[in-house]
Amino acid sequence: MATRTKHPAQDVAGLGTGRALGFLAPAMLLIAAFLVFPAVWTIYIGVTNYRLTGVEAVSPSIVGLANYTRALNDALFHNALWLTMLFVLGSAIIGQNILGFTLAWILRRARPAVRRTVEALTLLAWILPSTVVAYLWIAFFDRDTGTLNSILGTTGTAWLIDYPMVCLVVFNTWRGTAFSMMLYSSALQAVPPSQLESARMVGASGWQTLRDIVFPHIRGHVLTNTLLISLWTANDFSPFLLTKGGPNHESETVPVYIYNVALQGGELGYSSAISFLLLLANLLVSLIYLRLLRRRA
Amino acid sequence: MRSLRLSGALALSATAGLLLTGCLGSSGTGDQDANRNSDAKKVELTIGSNSVKGGKSSAGATFTEDVLIPKFVADQKAKGVDVTVKFQGDGSDDEVYKQKLSLDLSNKSGPDLFQIDGIWVGEFAQAGYIKPLTDTVGDASKVDNWDGWKQIPASVQQLGTFENKRYGVPGGTDGRVLYFNKKLFQQAGLPADWQPKSWDDIISAGQKLKTLSGVTPIQINGGTAMGEATTMQGVLPLLVGTGTTVYAGGKWLGYTPKLRQVLEFYHQIYSTGLGDPVLQREAKGRDKSFAEFAANKIGILLESDYFWRSVVEPKEGVAKMADRDTAVGYALIPAARPGGGVNGQDFVSMSGGGTTVINPNTKFPQQAWELLQFMNSAEMVKESLNGAAKITQRTDVNTEVLASDPMLNFVATKVLPITQYRPGLAEYPKISAALQQATADVVGGKTTEAASIAYQKAVEAAAGSKDKVAGN
Repeated sequence: MATRTKHPAQDVAGLGTGRALGFLAPAMLLIAAFLVFPAVWTIYIGVTNYRLTGVEAVSPSIVGLANYTRALNDALFHNALWLTMLFVLGSAIIGQNILGFTLAWILRRARPAVRRTVEALTLLAWILPSTVVAYLWIAFFDRDTGTLNSILGTTGTAWLIDYPMVCLVVFNTWRGTAFSMMLYSSALQAVPPSQLESARMVGASGWQTLRDIVFPHIRGHVLTNTLLISLWTANDFSPFLLTKGGPNHESETVPVYIYNVALQGGELGYSSAISFLLLLANLLVSLIYLRLLRRRA
Repeated sequence: MRSLRLSGALALSATAGLLLTGCLGSSGTGDQDANRNSDAKKVELTIGSNSVKGGKSSAGATFTEDVLIPKFVADQKAKGVDVTVKFQGDGSDDEVYKQKLSLDLSNKSGPDLFQIDGIWVGEFAQAGYIKPLTDTVGDASKVDNWDGWKQIPASVQQLGTFENKRYGVPGGTDGRVLYFNKKLFQQAGLPADWQPKSWDDIISAGQKLKTLSGVTPIQINGGTAMGEATTMQGVLPLLVGTGTTVYAGGKWLGYTPKLRQVLEFYHQIYSTGLGDPVLQREAKGRDKSFAEFAANKIGILLESDYFWRSVVEPKEGVAKMADRDTAVGYALIPAARPGGGVNGQDFVSMSGGGTTVINPNTKFPQQAWELLQFMNSAEMVKESLNGAAKITQRTDVNTEVLASDPMLNFVATKVLPITQYRPGLAEYPKISAALQQATADVVGGKTTEAASIAYQKAVEAAAGSKDKVAGN
């Protein structure tokens, strides 16, 4: 408040606080309208019993932290958290990371034609619209006329019903590997060829080279990549397109659970509380990664 | 830097302040003048419905767009009013349609007239999304004196009624029966005029059908994926067969021996190979069960007359059977044991239906009421059938058209007198979801005991308190 001064501005651009704020204002307003406001609004709805229909749709009342205590005792929410962890661990941390790195590592030495083809196909999986991709995968996994059953000769196996989480992990690994592949491709360029050359001269095995030469150079990239894909995967809604969370909640990750509670069950208040919990979980994961990154520096 | 942070904090608290002044829900639509725009010469109305040409309930959409709207426009033109009526069709699952409509209505928008399932009337009314017709139209005698009410049986009027007030005009009703494939029955040595007298009769027929290869003997809808179809074509017809209803004496059904009996029946069918448990868990299981029945792969299937006139219908059904009239048999649904059904009945059924309501926020309430009467006139109801038979809301039309279709005549004369309707209460959809979950648990392999205990908990939460649940 009391920052108005007479002497010239001390900052590099020579703008002074007032004008600097003026430049920032448009961006701040947009952020406030489209990011802060909805977030705070969600927190507000989360402490009410607001519903889509019925009496509580007209006159919701404040219920305090009841939605949060309910979530802590809700077996279906626990189930959703557990499945989300499996989903992130299986498809992002392990699946996309390892497949993406392996592709980047192999393609490094591949002929340009081969590399471009593989990269194009991987990217295609990433840029296709979710609905199109979901349709293709449903056709792939279908019980009666599915491609997978024709290939394996396992007619009648209902993959999406008997192994829903495995299907989702495979699906999301396929879907999201492109990002990790691209990130690691560029990271690997940062590894000095001379060091790789020396390693080969002294007879280091492939694994030793990776562990002692490549990883120390790309550690930061691994962490950043893992952070980004974990967050994206945890918030991903495309599992809904494949299984709708079913059968009987067996593939209901947190975002899908929030949708089902909010719109199928009409409980907007409770679902907002869960959304906020998901936000907190995301923050927590980010903090851990940031800690790890800082320790590297 | 500090001052920047400070202004950040200020911006935040300003936003928070803004929030506190805003509030959820609505203070009601207030007292709008029911006669607003009543003498307008230029009128625009929109009809919303979960039907679409060439897709879901295609015949209804075609009728509205090609017959009803042009005729109403011409009718109004003769009165010197220039009316434009738009049709806002939809072709999604009922639950999705309901979500979209609720979101529209909560923002005071949405079509001027729209069709909803009779069981949504309670929760929509409580949310203020719809109002009693006499409120919207403003003049009670104008509504009550409509001559159409005399043609609509009281039980059917219930589909548009909540707390003894009329919210809309129902669009007909239906009844549930057991369909069976006569060709498979013949191969299994079962009679073509099969009429089971108890649940045991159904099971023993199923066991004979099981000897045929590639045939699923029985399809009774279960699980959450089928939504309300599980409740209406599964749990409730069975429940009334045990002698009780889902809502009786001011209490919702909890964990009782009768609920357990219903779940035991599910268990018996889906754990002994008489039914296909995977089908109940598939996202598109109901559509698949239709296709399998039409392909002579399902022996017995519980459905409403909708199955006869829209699914296996030889020309326009979604799973056509060219030989429907000779190959598909139908029988009354038996009580668990003779005389054991609700009201001591030997046979039972469940019925439902949709209703058309007026949006309380319409710009033209009087004209909307005129259109509502017009679409429910004997002439229009007859036109909507377009030569086909269906149990309409109007008795005068029914007596004329049903004679031509023995199956629908069977439903009208044998099923409707013994049928039950769902309670039109706001809690019903939540109770229904709990029933679906209980069958999902049983079909998925849990014990009926565990499923019943979980159900009791869910019902207590849905009903709001233990006192509103009948359990033991």
